[in-house]
Amino acid sequence: MKYLDEYRDPALARRLLDELRRTATTPWRIMEVCGGQTHTLVRQGIDELLPAGIRMIHGPGCPVCVTPLQTLDRAMAVAARPGVVLTSFGDMLRVPGTDTDLLSLRARGADVRVVYTPMDAVRIAQDNADRQVVFLAVGFETTAPANAMAVLHAARLGLTNFSMLVSHVLVPPAMTALLEDPDCEVQAFLAAGHVCAVMGWREYEPIAERYHVPIVVTGFEPLDLLEGVLMAVRQLEQGRCEVENQYVRAVRRQGNTAAQDAVRTVFRVSDRAWRGIGELPDSGLELADEFARFDAARRFDVSGLHTVEDPECIAGAVLTGARLPTDCPAYGTRCTPRHPLGAPMVSAEGTCAAFHAAGRTKDVLQP
Amino acid sequence: MTLACPTPRHEEDVVLLGHGAGGRLTAELVDALVLPALDGQHGPLEDAALLPGHPDLVISTDSFVVSPLFFPGGDIGSLAVHGTVNDLAMRGARPVALSVALIIEEGLPLEELRRVMTSMGKAAREAGVPIVTGDTKVVDRGAVDRIFVNTTGVGQRHLALRPSAALARPGDTVLLSGPVGLHGTTVLSTREGLGFESDIASDSRPLHRLVDVMAPLGEQVHSLRDPTRGGLASALNEIARDAHVPVEIDESAVPVPRAVAAACDLLGLDPLTVANEGCMVAFVAPAAADEALAALRSLPEGREAARIGEVPSSGEAGRVTLRTLVGARRVVEMPLGEQLPRIC
Repeated sequence: MKYLDEYRDPALARRLLDELRRTATTPWRIMEVCGGQTHTLVRQGIDELLPAGIRMIHGPGCPVCVTPLQTLDRAMAVAARPGVVLTSFGDMLRVPGTDTDLLSLRARGADVRVVYTPMDAVRIAQDNADRQVVFLAVGFETTAPANAMAVLHAARLGLTNFSMLVSHVLVPPAMTALLEDPDCEVQAFLAAGHVCAVMGWREYEPIAERYHVPIVVTGFEPLDLLEGVLMAVRQLEQGRCEVENQYVRAVRRQGNTAAQDAVRTVFRVSDRAWRGIGELPDSGLELADEFARFDAARRFDVSGLHTVEDPECIAGAVLTGARLPTDCPAYGTRCTPRHPLGAPMVSAEGTCAAFHAAGRTKDVLQP
Repeated sequence: MTLACPTPRHEEDVVLLGHGAGGRLTAELVDALVLPALDGQHGPLEDAALLPGHPDLVISTDSFVVSPLFFPGGDIGSLAVHGTVNDLAMRGARPVALSVALIIEEGLPLEELRRVMTSMGKAAREAGVPIVTGDTKVVDRGAVDRIFVNTTGVGQRHLALRPSAALARPGDTVLLSGPVGLHGTTVLSTREGLGFESDIASDSRPLHRLVDVMAPLGEQVHSLRDPTRGGLASALNEIARDAHVPVEIDESAVPVPRAVAAACDLLGLDPLTVANEGCMVAFVAPAAADEALAALRSLPEGREAARIGEVPSSGEAGRVTLRTLVGARRVVEMPLGEQLPRIC
């Protein structure tokens, strides 16, 4: 299939691996930022095929994983109210909050619905004038434009029964925070292709320059990742630290300016807590004052919640690449997709879930 | 090391949608709650059960709650016939007779009921099985969603065929009778209006003729399973578990239609865990593999049959491994619970 088969070709994959073997003369540590990339790497076993010494560090780019527990608890508190329809992407439904999760709330009678786009949530609000419809808006720059469009659409329709619980996060501040950590082992980044399809890569140029780190904007198919790794290794071997674009079929330097405009209209940059990582300055989006009436956190009183993280979960260390899921004593035993202790075991993009789905165990493979 | 669950498990005291999804949650519910109460058998749960005292007769029952009622390639009526006919076929049986029980929501347009029943009758005639008894109940609005259908079937086994999930053995070749992922993605796309439904249709169809053409191979046909809920991943894991063997398949050999691959990519689904209603996996002795493949391909419903893997002579029993497109290996886990509710 056009844009699918040609990026999964086994013969081309072998050729890229051979080229990588010829290119790498010394060990390198490369972080793929996005959970979608982690998923492809682990699912296809690409990280096991890389030449010895090239180690992939799995990054924090799983939106479900970094959504603060407080946001989840707020969503559940809102969903439990009579007259509320809580809408969300499917991944969020099984993430454990302090006391329960959205699926269990649904089984107990809460009206929790999976939607595939925030516009569906707006439609549900139109069709149910007597109900308050809340959309759980999480994600990186990738999902922000669609969420912005939903708010703009709801404003145009004059809806008073639609709101969003917003917990948007931004990639560059997270990369900067990782690089500021003195223990950071990352020598190059594969930037998230879909985030850059929206935002372009101009904001990565100062990061590459300041921290002397190569950044390769990379796609999500097996060959994209192999080529992205190869481009990063070439830069490292040659002592370059530039922003390069592997994902040319989707990404331009300036990004999608119409999408950026919509995001800038509806949201403003704010400090944001990342689950497992902590508060990062200017790392998130919240609704701009003009659209504050769509803020579910204001519409419903959700203060006074007491959130408790599971003490055993090492999600923060996994999200920053400091530890592997298999380093966690609970991995595969007390923490499984059936009984997740933390978000990375739930989301399809979570590193722990990706490892678990590929059957990786503690004794197999410590790259 | 603490053994106590560190977080409360509120989900345990009510039934979740995932308990009905055919994955690990369903197995846990059946094993822990249903079977003990019913003095159920221990050992592998097959698609159809032998009737006590009648070694050549098998029985199977299935309820259908699919939403929407009508979708490209089928509807709840034809699905209810195919589903039960196929469960019988997976034990090497021809369908002898079906019963049909309807639970109808008050207010269902008669025209819709007529369409469902007409389709059901047509599917039964095409499968060559009479519907010999039935039951009709109507409930208050909201007590069911439009119409739910149960079918129960009795089948007569081919004398030579004795397939069972427990009989797969080292050396076996794994065959797949057709492409995977069509039914689940079609129903989801139709229900949610995702736009793929113009390119794909459910594979809902009877499989007993595919079993018929393999009958001459007799006991060389070890295990048959139709990968419905939980998809191919679930079917292979069940056979690997029940037969205590490893199973290895080749990602590039598993036929996935392009529209299914595209839909799954967009939705974050794995085609191996998406439900099918018209294909089956067969574990056959290696000496019979070519003949079995030719037999499957001789029928229209097996035209795209393929050899997708084997039972290796060494490896961890119960584990299903996939050779990925780029040449690495990964474990194919039993799905926890299907992400798509009410697809059958």
